Amino acid sequence: MATYKPLVVQTVPKLGEKITQDTLYWRGYKTPVQIKEFGAVNKIDFSPVSPYNYAVTASSRIHIYGHYSQEPIKTFSRFKDAAYCATYRDDGNLLVAGSEEGSIRLFDLSGRAPLRQFDGHTKAAHVVGFLSDKYRIFSGGDDYSSNLWDIPSGTEIISYSEHTDYVRCGCASKVNADVFITGSYDHTVKLFDARTKSSVMTIEHGQPVESVLLFPSGGLLVSAGGRYVKVWDVLKGGQLLVSLKNHHKTVTCLCLNSSGQRLLSGSLDRHVKIYSTTSYKVVHSFNYATSILSLALSPEDETIVVGMTNGVLNVKHRKPEERKEDSQKKRQPSYRTCVKGRTYMPKQEDFCVSKPVKRVLRKYDKLLKSFQSSKALDAVLEPPIRLYTPEVTVAVMQELHRRGTLRSALAGRDEKQINLLLTFVARRVIEPRFTPILVTVADMITDIYQPVVGQSAIVDRQFLRLQEAIGKEIDYQEELLEVLGMMDTLFATFTKKRDAHVEENKSNGLAETIETNMMN
Amino acid sequence: MVAPVAALRVVRCGGSSLHGARAVFSADSKYLLCASGDFVKMYSVATEETLRVMGGHADLVTGIQLNPRNHMQLYSSSLDGSIKLWDFMDGIPIKTFTVGSKLLALYALASFEDSVFVVIPKSDTFQLVSVKLTKAAGQDLEAKELSVVLDDVDASPKCIAFGREGEYVASVKEVNLQVYFFKQKQLNRFSVSAAKTKSGNNQFSCVACHPTEDCIATGHADGKIRLWRNFCHKKEYTFSTLHWHHDTVMDLAFSVEGTCLLSGGVESVLVLWRNESDCQKDFLPRLGSAIEYISMASDGALCCTLHSDNRITIINSNLRFAKSIQGLIKSANVKTGLVVDPRTKALVLNGEPGHLQFYCLQSDQQLFSLDIVQRQYIHQAGLNQADLVKVAFSAQGKWLATVEEREEVTDPELQLKLWFYDEETQSFKLNTRINMPHEDHITDMCFRDMDELEDDSLILVTTGRDCVFKVWVMVEDTDPEGNVSWSCDFVGSYHNYQATNCCFSEDGSLLAVSFEETVTVWDSVTWDLKCTFCHPPGKIRNICFGRLTCSKYLIGATDYGFLCCWNLLSCACKIRLKVCSSDPSTTKCILGFAVFVFKPNEPRPIYIQRNLCREKIQLAAFVPRDEPETVGSEKHLWLRRSQLFFLTDTQELMTLSTKSLQERLTPSSKQLAVEESLPVTPFSLLLGKHRRQQSQEDIGLGKIIVRNKREQDSPAVKELLHTPAHVLPSASFLCPVFIDSLLISKEKKSAEEVADEVEMESEKTEDDSDEERDITEMEQEDTSPVELLGEMTCKLSKSQEKELRKIRKMDYSWISAF
Repeated sequence: MATYKPLVVQTVPKLGEKITQDTLYWRGYKTPVQIKEFGAVNKIDFSPVSPYNYAVTASSRIHIYGHYSQEPIKTFSRFKDAAYCATYRDDGNLLVAGSEEGSIRLFDLSGRAPLRQFDGHTKAAHVVGFLSDKYRIFSGGDDYSSNLWDIPSGTEIISYSEHTDYVRCGCASKVNADVFITGSYDHTVKLFDARTKSSVMTIEHGQPVESVLLFPSGGLLVSAGGRYVKVWDVLKGGQLLVSLKNHHKTVTCLCLNSSGQRLLSGSLDRHVKIYSTTSYKVVHSFNYATSILSLALSPEDETIVVGMTNGVLNVKHRKPEERKEDSQKKRQPSYRTCVKGRTYMPKQEDFCVSKPVKRVLRKYDKLLKSFQSSKALDAVLEPPIRLYTPEVTVAVMQELHRRGTLRSALAGRDEKQINLLLTFVARRVIEPRFTPILVTVADMITDIYQPVVGQSAIVDRQFLRLQEAIGKEIDYQEELLEVLGMMDTLFATFTKKRDAHVEENKSNGLAETIETNMMN
Repeated sequence: MVAPVAALRVVRCGGSSLHGARAVFSADSKYLLCASGDFVKMYSVATEETLRVMGGHADLVTGIQLNPRNHMQLYSSSLDGSIKLWDFMDGIPIKTFTVGSKLLALYALASFEDSVFVVIPKSDTFQLVSVKLTKAAGQDLEAKELSVVLDDVDASPKCIAFGREGEYVASVKEVNLQVYFFKQKQLNRFSVSAAKTKSGNNQFSCVACHPTEDCIATGHADGKIRLWRNFCHKKEYTFSTLHWHHDTVMDLAFSVEGTCLLSGGVESVLVLWRNESDCQKDFLPRLGSAIEYISMASDGALCCTLHSDNRITIINSNLRFAKSIQGLIKSANVKTGLVVDPRTKALVLNGEPGHLQFYCLQSDQQLFSLDIVQRQYIHQAGLNQADLVKVAFSAQGKWLATVEEREEVTDPELQLKLWFYDEETQSFKLNTRINMPHEDHITDMCFRDMDELEDDSLILVTTGRDCVFKVWVMVEDTDPEGNVSWSCDFVGSYHNYQATNCCFSEDGSLLAVSFEETVTVWDSVTWDLKCTFCHPPGKIRNICFGRLTCSKYLIGATDYGFLCCWNLLSCACKIRLKVCSSDPSTTKCILGFAVFVFKPNEPRPIYIQRNLCREKIQLAAFVPRDEPETVGSEKHLWLRRSQLFFLTDTQELMTLSTKSLQERLTPSSKQLAVEESLPVTPFSLLLGKHRRQQSQEDIGLGKIIVRNKREQDSPAVKELLHTPAHVLPSASFLCPVFIDSLLISKEKKSAEEVADEVEMESEKTEDDSDEERDITEMEQEDTSPVELLGEMTCKLSKSQEKELRKIRKMDYSWISAF
């Protein structure tokens, strides 16, 4: 004997973004903190040592922010004009920054005045950085040169003038203290070895290079310029590994996450895209209010800081891990009483009496079970179900329609209830998953309540709204059909014609048919 | 020695309609007797199994009643005009009384000595007559002494009831109730007004009489029950009304003491009315399908309901569901056709509404019922509810595709569901549900059958009336669990014709799809249209590829009884046949009442049988046999490897067999006889069982019984066991080998043939080559265990020698040490 089968509510898979491990990971940030800077933020750099302060270069100042502070804990403002590319040294003690007038300044984090000043660039020095031996600094400037400086002596070691346009980005190798790369607006990325007089390798990016990045292993090089992000294999002599075109405006900044498994790119199109470094597919993307100039990720991915063209600094902190212990502690006593005796294993001589498990039915199921159609419909028109799970409401309507009792369930309602029903129908009838059944419902309601039209202003208004909603949907569908027709004509021009071949076969088969028929 | 050429006979193998008459409990309520087609079946109430099938009537059995004076005997009446008296404990017909005219119902009463009441037709109407059963000696007797009791009665056995010790008889027809008192010889007529109400008319549908009081209960078509009293007076009669049913009351029954009344109807709810009052009632809901008959056991402890889907439900007196006896469940319309599950070799077809039944052909039992629609079924006449229409299994039975639909005037509700066989739970699990796979009804569907390849090659093709066919493939989900789901891969169409059938070639490289009058052949890799075939008169009804040596042929059947066979290599029509042109009216199947079997490469049928059975054949399927049957004649070689089953209109399952009736029946009846003669002490029960097993084993060797595979090994094992102990090697050595020999070897399972089932129209295409291949294969299978055993004995002897040598060596060393 069968038991009552509860109503099956059809679930529709959500279209669009699929939930992956990545989306879960990258969504785990709190709502961003916005900090207003004086000008466009051209560089953000995290201190490599705890407490992971970060230096933000904007306009003529360098602000140092603490982990959670919204006010700068330190400011370097000894610049006459714009400062560029404030970068920490590996030990987090020194900070170097270029400037518009071409001088490069080295600061001690504890002091205020610069320790050293390196003059040599005739134009703005947009990129500076430490080599990994900590005692040398590389820089690139708008005078097309890339220089190497010695910190102890404060002098220039070597100057390479190989680029033919502004040098705007650079990066030092972490594994070799003599190697650094610079990217320039002449569309090339050059790899320099401090031990040689000229560049070791030149990579043709194809667009003005805005940002370069070396993988921690030093084997892979990432360059961004134009709409492209390109990954090159340095060890194979600069072979292109993959070219990514996921932004629709210039990519301005690149960044690796702490594990090196994900590559982030920020662009003027207001998006930050996150790629997997194994498949080079976009696994997630962030959307920001304005064009992005700079981007940095703190160690352990605790914080994402993004700098924009309008001077806004956007800081996102990771949500703390949810503590599951607390919730468990709370539930423990009741759980223990629940399972009391559950684990008892019956002995051989014990006589077991099995108690049937009582199934809990939803309210509408109970009513449907006892064939109370009208009440079942009322139950699913309650606000929580109607608003948050409209599929349940529609499923009950469909079940009633299957049973042939929908009409009687809809009939005999007062003004308030009709208003409720019509609001629901007018709002949901355009959703494709509900349309078939709600059209029937709308039909029935108009059928049943036709005689009372004109008696209540509220109901009349709802009818008009329904009409409007359906009219709009029809227009929309017509437009879509037009587009489809256009696309069909476009596709039709691509397909080959094979009809002639088919025709031939058919006639052949026919002739044979007649022959055999005669034989029979 | 040449075996005599046995003609093929049609054998009924299950699923005949059980609702010819009310079921009868035996006096001790241990057995339940039931009319089933031409037979009377006896079931055990405790174990639900069929104990005995009593055959002898030449037509439907219409009534069974216990002999009132000897409760070990049973009267049965049939449409063939005879009443038989049975000893049902032994299954022996004692007497046969020939009445002459058709008997539509039978009533036997204790108060009327040696006469029974039957309903016989008289011109257009029917009359209730009493038949004097002569006590003369002899088996076949004439019973011509008829005396009319009531004229103008209804043909249904439910419309006549005898009251209180047989003092009166009540009969209902349309809106009239007649009560005839035997003693007074008085006939009272009552009628209800024939006014048609909103919920239906108030015609009578059934009648029951109170066992002790003067009270008649009548059921009506509008769902009301009326209780009539005081009906010995023509004018001062009274009646009260009970109303719960919203559809026709199908049957009524009073309890033995008459304190309560049971009623049932289309709602499939058994209602118990206490004290004949409207407010005190109990329900037993959701019994599965409409209740046709209700009968009570004589001790009142049990009652049973017969349902319209050929199921018997046994219910305790406290209205608790106790047992259910079900064979082949009858569904209103077998839309799925007959499909064979490759895993269990069970026949799969529509069962309960919304369910798929797996029916075991060997044991005439339902293996299980799979809920496909998963929705509450509302038992209400005229309600349009979703039901299963198409079923397809993948080659290994790992995937099951089902299509359910609900007929709707505006737009049909369609769902395609894909089920995955879960090894752990041993059942199918829903994997993917696709809403509206086609815009219109799905006409056919098939999997690409490729055993040797892995899952990636699995493709499902559906054809729809919306003029397209769709190809569905499995895709891996992107979510972390990495599940698979199905999605559409390709949509093909041809000149905007409705796609009607689809079929994959044996190697899976070609797909044939028929579009009305045209057959198109597609490449299954690139989905290019390869060629088209056309056959002018009539639309294609079914297509099928040949197998093995005939795989180059594509066979199509068309509307007007034509069968075409195209050669795919030359793209030419090879055979064109007109089959049974005399029978164009049957639309559902071309064959109607006849069966034709063809080889695809020969234009002449290898087997023709016309007029197989009384009813029209609806569906048919070839079911592979577990073991090849020994077929005597060359003519019936096609039956060796597989068996042809067909389903008639009345949902009787038939098969063709070369064996004679005795051969088929002997094993079962013998077994029963032993069982019946069992003494009931537990000790003797144990002993008896043991003995019976032994005797059966002995008999089993000489007879053609479908033997278990394990039993084949038994002679060798026996041999092993019978060798003197002193010759054998040590027990520790023998044990693993012996146990290994008991296991069923793996090769057998894997070599088992895939179901080569085909539908009715295409079954003619069953090819001989297939048979031949299968036969050789089976022969190999047969030899394998023998070889295995040979090896084993060989091994044994070697090991024996080794052992002996060892012992000798040991002995010698021992001696030398001294």
